[in-house]
Amino acid sequence: MASTRKFQLPFDRNEAAITWRVVKSSPMTLAGAVIAVAFVALAIADVVTRDAILPYNPYALTTQLLRPPSLAHPLGTDDLGRDVLSRVLAAAPIDAEVAFSVVGVAMALGLLTGGLAGYRGGLTEEVIMRVTDIFLSFPGIVLALAIVAALGPSTLHSIFALVPVWWPTYTRLARAETLSVKSQQFIDSSRAVGQRPSYIIGHHIFPNIFPTLLVYATLDIGNVILTYSILSFIGLGAQVPTPEWGLLTVQGESYLRSYPWIPIAPALAILVVAVGFSLLGDGLRDALDPRVRGTFG
Amino acid sequence: MPTLLGVTLITFLISRVIVPDPARTWAGFRATPAAVAALAARYHLNAPLYIQYFYYMGGLITGHWGVSPTSGRPVLSQISQYFPATVELAIAAIVITIIVGIPLGVVSALHHNGKYDHGIRFLYLAGFSSPPFFVALVIILVFGYVLNIFPTQGELSSNLAPPAHITGMYIVDSLLTGNWTDFVNSVWHIVMPATALALTVFGIVTRITRSSMLEVFQKDFVRASYAKGLAQRAVVYRHALRNALIPTTTVLGLLLGALLSGTIVVESIFLWPGIGYFALQSIENLDFPSIMGVTVLFTLSVVIANLLADVLYAVLDPRIKI
Repeated sequence: MASTRKFQLPFDRNEAAITWRVVKSSPMTLAGAVIAVAFVALAIADVVTRDAILPYNPYALTTQLLRPPSLAHPLGTDDLGRDVLSRVLAAAPIDAEVAFSVVGVAMALGLLTGGLAGYRGGLTEEVIMRVTDIFLSFPGIVLALAIVAALGPSTLHSIFALVPVWWPTYTRLARAETLSVKSQQFIDSSRAVGQRPSYIIGHHIFPNIFPTLLVYATLDIGNVILTYSILSFIGLGAQVPTPEWGLLTVQGESYLRSYPWIPIAPALAILVVAVGFSLLGDGLRDALDPRVRGTFG
Repeated sequence: MPTLLGVTLITFLISRVIVPDPARTWAGFRATPAAVAALAARYHLNAPLYIQYFYYMGGLITGHWGVSPTSGRPVLSQISQYFPATVELAIAAIVITIIVGIPLGVVSALHHNGKYDHGIRFLYLAGFSSPPFFVALVIILVFGYVLNIFPTQGELSSNLAPPAHITGMYIVDSLLTGNWTDFVNSVWHIVMPATALALTVFGIVTRITRSSMLEVFQKDFVRASYAKGLAQRAVVYRHALRNALIPTTTVLGLLLGALLSGTIVVESIFLWPGIGYFALQSIENLDFPSIMGVTVLFTLSVVIANLLADVLYAVLDPRIKI
């Protein structure tokens, strides 16, 4: 069936309404949406107010060392007297920053390379896809680990290191989507009226494959946070005294036996946010693609 | 084969181009300029890049993976010292993954879109989404500290002598030499780290088992088995599951990749003397040749596992020819 969609933003009003209906109808997706929105809102609010919305200053040292959870400190205090809850909440901006930049850059690269490969075909496609396959064959965080180790540990370097791990999936996805859009009639028509390939890719292909990539990106935000926190955990990501979930966990690890909330709280925060984005992404995928509804995942 | 070449090209570029001054990094930060120059000359670090790549590949194939600046020992000999423990841990984790993952996938498919299906889906989503250190810490806290069932550190209690070195894997070695005390003790030690690893990856197996079971249920031969009056049990386990497990084998490569990434965190938490632990120590010492050694080892293992999975797939499914 030929699509009549031409010039449009990634989500038109109708599509947004359908998406919202699906999100509303599934409690799990709704829960995911709530978590995702809360996480982003917290990150923005924390940056705008410069930590003022937090119960305590996350960096301030006090004499109240290693207090158990109480009304004043719901998650207790750490070995330097800092409020654990405030430190866990204060990590939202840095994790959000890393996740959104990695996914954003990876998606942009994936759109360009995948769109080009799918549209041009031939040698261009062969070269791009071979390179993509090679990057995909690195297991998990191993590639990122080697790159950060080479560049030196830091958050910025973690972002540099995570992009090469993330873009290949988007390239594959963009290429597959481009191939299916390319075969539709409106592409033939615009080629017939003499529009240039760059125009067709930019105005017809990209807007049509964008929603799929965006849904995948939602699923992916949690994964990036997860991987970045592992990099921080092993000492290659955020550096002391930045509050970051992976780093907070490894710093609190030695207190596990007597003060378990210190390492468990930040690790749990990662789990909650990652599950939130997974649930939301899963639901959105079902919403945008009725074919997969109920048969997969 | 092209994948192997490409992968080594990338690891080569990381270790020679992204690193600002490879010779200095290799020699360690306290090395004298003369030592740095000698090292550069010995490993051809001043040659043009394509010549360096040639030497790099030669070194990889002949087992010269560089020398660690911190310990002064060859990277490959250190890796071979730590490797058996990781293999042991990975095998144990795969066994647990299969024991947990496949039945959950079957239950999920049988209760398609029902309560169990949703519950299991949430379970593996949570497993996927939880950082390996979260699972490991919770397991240590509950089963190690509160219930005090399993030991929280190491491969073997420190008051026991390790079994005679045959494979380097304590469980296998103690079994081969008939050392029952060591055998029980090392099995006891592996339970928690292996479970921690398995819990973060079992979703891969559950998911693929579920979707291939659902696919198989649509097939004619399943309907035929029902039609000839077989009980549901027989149909599900003898006919459907057997076919559904074929795609599950192909995720072995994927599974191994996820497991190996997980070992870095899990081994460091449980002080398990494997490659992940070695990798973390190398990171702390900024021992770059060792880090690259681990990268190459992990990547090659996964590429080879993928290859084996493809072969296994063809063996299990006679319809596929390579």
